Amino acid sequence: MIKQIVFIISLLLTLGVFAFTLRNLILKFKLTRPKPVRNIGKRLLITLKVALLQTKIFRKPIIGLMHALVFWGFLVILIGSVEMLVDGIFGLEHSFRFLGKFYDVIIASGDVFALLIRGFIIAFLFRRIFMHIKRFSGTEMKKWSHQDANIALAMIFFLMMTLTGMNSFYLLEAGVHGHEYTGVFPVSKYISVLFSGLSPRAIHLGYEINWWAHILTIFVFANYLPYSKHFHVFLSVPGVFFSKLEPPGKIDTMESITKEVKLMLNPETAFAASDDEEVAERFGVLDVEDVSWMSYFDALSCTQCGRCTAACPANITGKNLSPRKLMMDVRARMNEKAPGLIKDGQDYSDNKSLIRDYISEEEIWACTLCNACAQECPVNIDQPSLIIQMRRFLVMEESSAPAELNSIFSNIENNGAPWQFSQEDRMNWAEDLTMNSLK
Amino acid sequence: MENKLRIEVPLMADRVSQGKFPEYLFWVGSAGAFDDRYKQVSRAFVKILQYLEIDYAVLGTEESSSGDVARRTGNEMLFQMQALMNIDIFNTYEVKKILTCDPHAYNTFKNEYPDLGGNYEVIHHTQFLYDQIKKGSLKANPSFLNGKKLVYHDPCYLGRANGEYKAPRKVLDSLGMKRVEMPRNKSFALCCGAGGGQMFKEAEKGDKEIFIERTEEAISTGADIIASACPYCMVMLTDGLKYKNYDDKIKNYDIAELIAMSLDL
Repeated sequence: MIKQIVFIISLLLTLGVFAFTLRNLILKFKLTRPKPVRNIGKRLLITLKVALLQTKIFRKPIIGLMHALVFWGFLVILIGSVEMLVDGIFGLEHSFRFLGKFYDVIIASGDVFALLIRGFIIAFLFRRIFMHIKRFSGTEMKKWSHQDANIALAMIFFLMMTLTGMNSFYLLEAGVHGHEYTGVFPVSKYISVLFSGLSPRAIHLGYEINWWAHILTIFVFANYLPYSKHFHVFLSVPGVFFSKLEPPGKIDTMESITKEVKLMLNPETAFAASDDEEVAERFGVLDVEDVSWMSYFDALSCTQCGRCTAACPANITGKNLSPRKLMMDVRARMNEKAPGLIKDGQDYSDNKSLIRDYISEEEIWACTLCNACAQECPVNIDQPSLIIQMRRFLVMEESSAPAELNSIFSNIENNGAPWQFSQEDRMNWAEDLTMNSLK
Repeated sequence: MENKLRIEVPLMADRVSQGKFPEYLFWVGSAGAFDDRYKQVSRAFVKILQYLEIDYAVLGTEESSSGDVARRTGNEMLFQMQALMNIDIFNTYEVKKILTCDPHAYNTFKNEYPDLGGNYEVIHHTQFLYDQIKKGSLKANPSFLNGKKLVYHDPCYLGRANGEYKAPRKVLDSLGMKRVEMPRNKSFALCCGAGGGQMFKEAEKGDKEIFIERTEEAISTGADIIASACPYCMVMLTDGLKYKNYDDKIKNYDIAELIAMSLDL
């Protein structure tokens, strides 16, 4: 009974903190710009493919397979964690055993995964601490980014250790009391042998310690994640669901501009269309409240793996552009500005902005829009759309594009080509054209 | 071979005024019309169209920028103006199918014009050539440049942006040359450095130009010919070869040029 009360209190505390986090998060999302979500069927399909089957992570096959196994293991072990919640609340033990054969499979694979994941975590930590992997560094990767990664990895390692511990002591306890146990434990049955000499009391204590350590770490982990780059664990799957479905080369059409352009091309319609006065929205993105909620979602589901930056041609050739940094900047700027915006409303200003204080014009103009970053992102983050939005602000609100670009704009306006050639000369290429034979 | 045939590239306006609506609009593009090197590609492709007796026409002086570069440099207003004007012209001539040698125009017509009411079947020239090979109407001479090695550079807007990796490679393979791949190819391909408006401006400060990085990668394959399928890529790779002093050892050709050369057109 006491165990139940302690459990429920710690669960309520966990949920309380989580609800607070969630409330703040919703307030932040409310500051962003809307973007409709269509095509639910296609979205489910892409979630199945990219998130559940982890197809894009395999672009780096070895480390990709390790990540995929950790992810699949996490899904299996999650079922066990839900069972622990039910057990803890109602004072039961292995309450999901009614699942029968399926339960055995889940428990057995969870037991194996716990060992596998520990191995992979050690490999991941080794890579991070002792191997020099270029994409784990970069100007945006501050000390905290590395610590954050290592803390999360250590917590996962501890979770897997206590899971095996729990299973092993559970087996031992069943042996001590001579009753049957539920589930299959291909790994823990060997681990348990190591502790078989302990007294029944110590075995019971061992089980309780591991059980509590496991569930309490989950509680702490769940509340740590939203403040970490590992928020990824919660948001990457829905992030993939909401991600761009169109061909990667397609850029969103600004419908507010279409109206204006149609009026310019066809002034007679001006009177007919002028009745719906809209509040003029800023063109493009200057600051964090101008980004779409999807771009903010991207920023939160980014785990800073750096595959985007490693594939970026500008970054490879030493330019001051890193697609990963853009995502980190959006998140950081939101954290900085949101409290003021929430308190004082849209007019709040701290005399700073996403462009210039976080992302320089140099970065914005260094992009070739080659889409390599979006192609590489294992969770379908759309970095190019943010770059386009910032360019739109610079060009259409400030006319502050690099001078060469301003001259191609006027060339296109005046003579219909980015170069200064007359439209009348458009057929010159075909002059004196001859060929040898027609078959 | 004895007699040179003169080619009059048919104009859309002329054909339509005769009451004939051509099957294809060949979109030449600003680079295809004005860039000295890419004019050669337009000429080569037109020769192939003539050779295959394709029913096509061009817009000539009615053609204007597709707006792609304006959109990608953030000038949405200018893009939409260009797009709506072009759509207006396409609709006047009842255009259904558009052929182009420019992956950027291909991408914007195919994926972006529909938002503004322009719906067409858009075909990149490498896709068109592959189609003709599949149909059996186009057979390149397989002994052409025998013993030479070839490497293909994927344009971002044909490859990653639109998933077309197969057609250009199939067309090249019909030439019977040994074809190799760069370490970064298909969806892993490195950009030539000209997209997103970079073609028209100085690159930002860095250790290296992107086009040099890519040219070095192409040179490292030991190929004699770099095949490309995009006007921007062609400018960049040709410059890269010059910069590396490889321009007399390695040539950069568009796929259409290689096909036209193999057919001795």
